[in-house]
Amino acid sequence: MTTNKLQVSVNVNGEQQDFLCEPRQTLHEVLRDVLGMTGTKEGCADGNCGACTVKLDGRIVDSCLVLGPEVQGSEVETIEGVASSDGLHPIQQAFLEEAALQCGICTPGFIVAAKALLENEPDVDEARIRHWLAGNLCRCTGYDKIIRAVLSASDKIKEA
Amino acid sequence: MAMVFIPPTMRDATNGDEKVSVHAANIGQLIRELDQVYPGMADRLCEDGRIRGEIAVAVDGEITEIGMFATVEENSEVHFLPAISGGSGT
Amino acid sequence: MATTDFRVIGTRPIRHDGTDKVTGRAKYGGDTAAADLLYAKILRSPHAHARIVSIDTSKAAAHPGVKGVITGMDLPELGPGTIEVGETPSVNAMQMSTNVMARTKVLYKGHAVAAVVATSVHIAEEALAAIEVQYEVLPHVMDVRESMKDEAPLLLDGQTTTSLGKDTGKKSNIATHTVFEIGDTSKGFAEADLVVENEFTTSPTHQGYIEPQSAMVFWNSDDEITIWTSNQGPFGVRTNTALLLNVPLSSIKVIPLEIGGGFGGKIPVYLEPVAALLSKMSGHPVKMTLTRTEVLEATGPTPGSYMKAKIGVKNDGTIVAGEAYLAFAAGAFPGSAVGAGAMCMFTPYDVENLHIDAYDVLVNKPKVSAYRAPGAPQAAYAVESVIDEICGKLGMDRIEFRMKNAAKQGTRQVTGVPLGSVGNVEMLEAVKNSDHYNAPLGGPNRGRGVASGFWFNAGMQSSATLQVNPDGTVAQVTGSVDIGGTRVATAMQAAEVLGLEAHDVKPVVADTNSIGYTAVTGGSRTAFATGWATYQAANDIVKQMKERAAKLWETDASDVEFDEGTFTRASNSEQEFTFKGLAARLMETGGPVVGKATVTPPGVGAGFGHHIVDVEVDPETGKVDVVRYTAFQDVGKAIHPSYVEGQIQGGAVQGIGWALNEEYYYNDSGVMANSSFLDYRMPTSLDLPMIDTVLIEVPNPGHPYGARGVGEVPLVPGLAALGNAVTNAIGTRMNQLPMKPGKILSALGEIDN
Repeated sequence: MTTNKLQVSVNVNGEQQDFLCEPRQTLHEVLRDVLGMTGTKEGCADGNCGACTVKLDGRIVDSCLVLGPEVQGSEVETIEGVASSDGLHPIQQAFLEEAALQCGICTPGFIVAAKALLENEPDVDEARIRHWLAGNLCRCTGYDKIIRAVLSASDKIKEA
Repeated sequence: MAMVFIPPTMRDATNGDEKVSVHAANIGQLIRELDQVYPGMADRLCEDGRIRGEIAVAVDGEITEIGMFATVEENSEVHFLPAISGGSGT
Repeated sequence: MATTDFRVIGTRPIRHDGTDKVTGRAKYGGDTAAADLLYAKILRSPHAHARIVSIDTSKAAAHPGVKGVITGMDLPELGPGTIEVGETPSVNAMQMSTNVMARTKVLYKGHAVAAVVATSVHIAEEALAAIEVQYEVLPHVMDVRESMKDEAPLLLDGQTTTSLGKDTGKKSNIATHTVFEIGDTSKGFAEADLVVENEFTTSPTHQGYIEPQSAMVFWNSDDEITIWTSNQGPFGVRTNTALLLNVPLSSIKVIPLEIGGGFGGKIPVYLEPVAALLSKMSGHPVKMTLTRTEVLEATGPTPGSYMKAKIGVKNDGTIVAGEAYLAFAAGAFPGSAVGAGAMCMFTPYDVENLHIDAYDVLVNKPKVSAYRAPGAPQAAYAVESVIDEICGKLGMDRIEFRMKNAAKQGTRQVTGVPLGSVGNVEMLEAVKNSDHYNAPLGGPNRGRGVASGFWFNAGMQSSATLQVNPDGTVAQVTGSVDIGGTRVATAMQAAEVLGLEAHDVKPVVADTNSIGYTAVTGGSRTAFATGWATYQAANDIVKQMKERAAKLWETDASDVEFDEGTFTRASNSEQEFTFKGLAARLMETGGPVVGKATVTPPGVGAGFGHHIVDVEVDPETGKVDVVRYTAFQDVGKAIHPSYVEGQIQGGAVQGIGWALNEEYYYNDSGVMANSSFLDYRMPTSLDLPMIDTVLIEVPNPGHPYGARGVGEVPLVPGLAALGNAVTNAIGTRMNQLPMKPGKILSALGEIDN
């Protein structure tokens, strides 16, 4: 019996992963259900909330809008790759200190998105952060403490 | 004597009376006393021996979770209101 | 008690579950997995109102990969009995079951009709398309006023109007008519120098939690049912699922996962009974997750409304009478929170004469659920808008007006129940003296609005156990799912008692077999009531450990004192143990020490809020920008100020969305045209300024540390605050929500809308 599954080889958080997936499975589904990496969350599955944000070949994307087979040969970074064995990333630490999460479901998406911002633009202000993060919805915090966390992380990263 | 405030939705059963003084040590007794004065009040307030799920009882400003067993003191005020969330937990 | 003399309470420790949540390691409802897991999907009605003529599931059942199909007929018929669904009236069990899956009629577009379980979610979706349903489409009714008319199409067979507590026998979509009244409004209005009245409409809005409902259920061969779910109340899931499936309560264990937002909308069960039946049928664990469209179309939003409010005042601003008419659209089944709205709307004011008519009305929309102080935001919108107009006409400062009429301890609400200790006046004073209130508007096309709000908050049942570890840390077990920082807030209360640091207490949220009954995380009750439980369990530990110290000192427990984490012998202060030191000696003095408590605490502290908002309206596009926002609230005592601020900020922003953009936009077929996050437009980071908060602390004497519930009040004032701000900016009273650009341009006379 033949399968319509395709073999995909992709670098996820610095490790090579090989898996099979159907053409209709999104990267989001593959990460969660095939690779068991449930840190990337689902909010809407149609690209409108950013809960599924990952970094793909240097750009942040909604993983629900990318098909699994599309990432053949690419580099993907997910929330699971943000902390290192040395500890939390300054953004993660800032989220904790500023209480920038309440239910936490949107938090992985925000952290991946904010990390990409601060990697590209070390000097950011409130307006720039709000603009960059407009694709990530949060319903609990009203964004105030999230913005403060990103500002704080930006300062910490510059000091280091 | 405890003072019982009759909500507008039940005043048809009390001849329009809005407040009644009743002697009782708990809500169960209070309702039986009310029923003596206004026959039919017990049925309006209770079903199967418990306060109806859509009704909440407040004693001295506090909504009680224990219905019939809530203590009533000498000068307590008792109010019946629509329940915001119904029934007791299981 | 003093509100400043605490060691841990009032500090800002990092929450215990924080690291797992910022690394993506925490497991939420959709993150479950199991061996041989199957996936289920629901088939839903395309029609707003129709009779189900027939359902043929045979092709779906035969589809490769499908392991089971059910329809509503597979759910048991139930006898009389009601289900608690959070802060909305309890629901008839058979109606709740019919909402989970339709029987003979569909009552809203999206109403569940059948469900399929298969080896993949994609195959399940394919199989749904193979189910053949014949409908006889019926006329639908979407507007609450239309639905109240005699000629409206009736939704439920046998539904009659209960008016003033008695069944009138009249068949109608009006389920209930309730009246709240004190004093004599005709006498009151006769004494008024000025009477203002207006009418208002609001649309249904959704809680908007980012995580859709998700559950995994396994019905095993000995009829034990395990449910993994993200729901605000695991014990409620157990009760309601047992009732709907007609199985013994004890056969169900609910394991709570982390939850991605609730706001009252994740108290009802939608998926669990369906997944359970499919698990029984297939013999496998079954997982179900709703899509965002299903969340919007088939879980409960808050009701839309038509309201009238009329207030009479003397020229000096004294309110002499108030009257209101509230008609709330409950959706397909009765049970909107119109009563709660009525009970809160006038509460910020001391008024002797009030009369409110409240109507709960069916329409062909999803059955509503609780949404953060349910009913109160809508009703406050009406009252606070009329008050705004009155202040304008009298030329009276809006805070002075409120202070003149301020409700305080002892003020009777419309129910006749007097308020306990509350901080309304202290809060208004803070508003009056605040920077925002006294700042200039700072630009053209700007307006400022203020509004008050009230919510009574809940107590209800909570349980806690605390286990002392040999190293002097304490494991804390409660049944309260942690949606916004309640693990840390309750752990801090135990730590305060025990003289420990917050991180010496290790909080865990347990399943329904591992902790005593605990009511929902909702109702602004958790830091208060579960806090009481951890406080009492901690005191139980202290009592037991005093006995152990007594043993070691060969004296009796009455000779042992405990203060700030140290046990001291009263008759010889040289002898003492730290908590940690004594913890190390427990095994040798009798074994482990476990403290426990179950509470249904009285002394619930009600809450007042007041919001100030500055807006800028673009006269060409009608777009409203929020330029400054300050939310004041009496919080009693902020256990963890960051998470209290967070509750206020989040609620304020939900209010902004509700006031400016969010609505259920229906087409002529009764279908929601904007059922995605693209067009159901919630605020993004780009839409907002920082949300400033001012915490007023008038301690609640009913809590050991003075805490009041804080979570719900923040949604109550915002609708009116924004309505008043836009009105101030454009000079025309805005009495319809949302105030989207088309409505603003129409109010400006720029377009016909």
